[in-house]
Amino acid sequence: MGKTFSEKILGLKAGKEVVAGEVVTVAPDYILSHDNASAIIQEFKKFGIKDVRAPEKIVIVLDHIVPAADEKYAQNHKIIREFVAEQKIPNFFDINCGVCHQVFSERGFALPGKLIVGSDSHTPSYGAFGAFSAGIGRTEAASVWATDEIWLRVPETIRIEIDGRLPRGVYAKDVILKIIGDGGSDIADYKAVEFAGKAAKKFSLASRFVLANMSAEMGAKNGYFEPDEETLAWLKGRARATFEVIKSDPDAEYKSILNYDISDLAPQLACPHTVDNVKPVTEVEGKKFHQGVIGTCTNGRLEDLEVAAKIFKGKKVHPGVRVLVLPASWEVYREALKKGTLAVLAEAGCVILNPGCGPCLGAHEGILAPGEIALSTSNRNFKGRMGSRDSEIYLASPATVAASSLAGKITDPRKYT
Amino acid sequence: MNKGKVWKYGDDVNTDVIFPGKYTYNLMEPAEMARHALEDLDPSFAKNVKSGDVIVAGKNFGCGSSREQAAASLKYAGVQAVVAKSFARIYFRNAINLGLPVLQCPEAVDNVNTGDEMEIDFARGEIKTGKGVYKFPPLPDSVIGILEAGGLIEYTKKKLEETRK
Repeated sequence: MGKTFSEKILGLKAGKEVVAGEVVTVAPDYILSHDNASAIIQEFKKFGIKDVRAPEKIVIVLDHIVPAADEKYAQNHKIIREFVAEQKIPNFFDINCGVCHQVFSERGFALPGKLIVGSDSHTPSYGAFGAFSAGIGRTEAASVWATDEIWLRVPETIRIEIDGRLPRGVYAKDVILKIIGDGGSDIADYKAVEFAGKAAKKFSLASRFVLANMSAEMGAKNGYFEPDEETLAWLKGRARATFEVIKSDPDAEYKSILNYDISDLAPQLACPHTVDNVKPVTEVEGKKFHQGVIGTCTNGRLEDLEVAAKIFKGKKVHPGVRVLVLPASWEVYREALKKGTLAVLAEAGCVILNPGCGPCLGAHEGILAPGEIALSTSNRNFKGRMGSRDSEIYLASPATVAASSLAGKITDPRKYT
Repeated sequence: MNKGKVWKYGDDVNTDVIFPGKYTYNLMEPAEMARHALEDLDPSFAKNVKSGDVIVAGKNFGCGSSREQAAASLKYAGVQAVVAKSFARIYFRNAINLGLPVLQCPEAVDNVNTGDEMEIDFARGEIKTGKGVYKFPPLPDSVIGILEAGGLIEYTKKKLEETRK
């Protein structure tokens, strides 16, 4: 019997043959953290040791509340900068870089066959490049800093075969929302999700990122796309280390296989207050909202901004709506600036924010008041996430948010594309 | 063996309603964190919870963010355990790592209501209520050591000391 990607990589790291269900103790290749590094430092200090075990494996990106919104956040950032200097952590990315998942990928850490843990729930994003990456908590991250090891259960794998061709006005975000809506928010709890099929293979890396990123919303431990020529071409000049492509065997054993043909898929919307409360946009059309959000680690790459800009070009945001744009990183920002994409968005009346997590987790830069409704390209719509517990969040593709922001109400983007 | 009062909730209780994101980087003190536990799900909880109380919930408890405060705030509020039909993966790890027992026992969940008394016998793997006794499966070996040490910090500390000897 063949093995899945997850069984192979965890076996390789553990130095033995393993099958799903086993627990292994392994040394990760990288440990990511962000602003919560200050909390990790606080935990690390309780161990009574002076130095982290492997400073070169630690990657820290400031992104959650950047620039610091108040004195407490500023103090957090200061604690992190001082610790980075003291411990000689080489891979530190300050407030001028972007959202950790995008920065981690752009800077060549997200590599095929690498084992990555991160103190953020959207760490599974790096499966877009064929890495094994899973989210952990801050105490656990502190322990990995101290010991350079972690226990992981080898997950069973759900394979999702995506075939057909994306219709006009429908995007990767619609595909993953449809899958989450069908399966529910715990369909992949404790499991790996492998995205395969002819359509999935044709997805750009930015689109693969959307699916791997949102596999967290199905409860997945990690998401995975088999690396191909496009992956290798993108990594050229970016990869920080040598790497080995690891693939599932053709006769690997899957927990289940789901099949999707996306040829007739319509734009999708996750309605309040759970990501699996998914409906076609057409069923909610006409619903008024107050704030559009385009960007974040889920949908803030150049291809996303370009889709939005194409819809906004020469038009104005509806007076009843405010639109926030957050490029996923400063690399994306600079590219979009050079290409004129940001100019189109700004001329349409969008507010271009600095790359970062911004309002996605409700800490700053666009908090919702009671009774307000947001339509966002981000990945979570939990009650109160973007501000007041009496506000609501709908999740959609950049095209749906752009089209709806012109109309002032939730609108099918196929009318605009 | 500890007795406590049950606080029962539904399926998919997520990390944002357990501990809102706006507090995750500016509330660090245990007492402060406890004051905001379950704020966006049940505003009456933090005011009325007593030490030893038990949270009972449906499937996928703790889904969403990796924020550890979603486990820490409950522990600091005095919650002795969370009993659910199932747990989201990161939440499960975080709770164990902080020494907050998380027990999977669908039968018990179906048979209790808010306000009922519940007794948990960890050694026997039993949950007792006025209506019956329900068995829960033992936790995996890999996590028992961490719980027994009182959480991952103590567990790792011991491990580091052993390697130094």
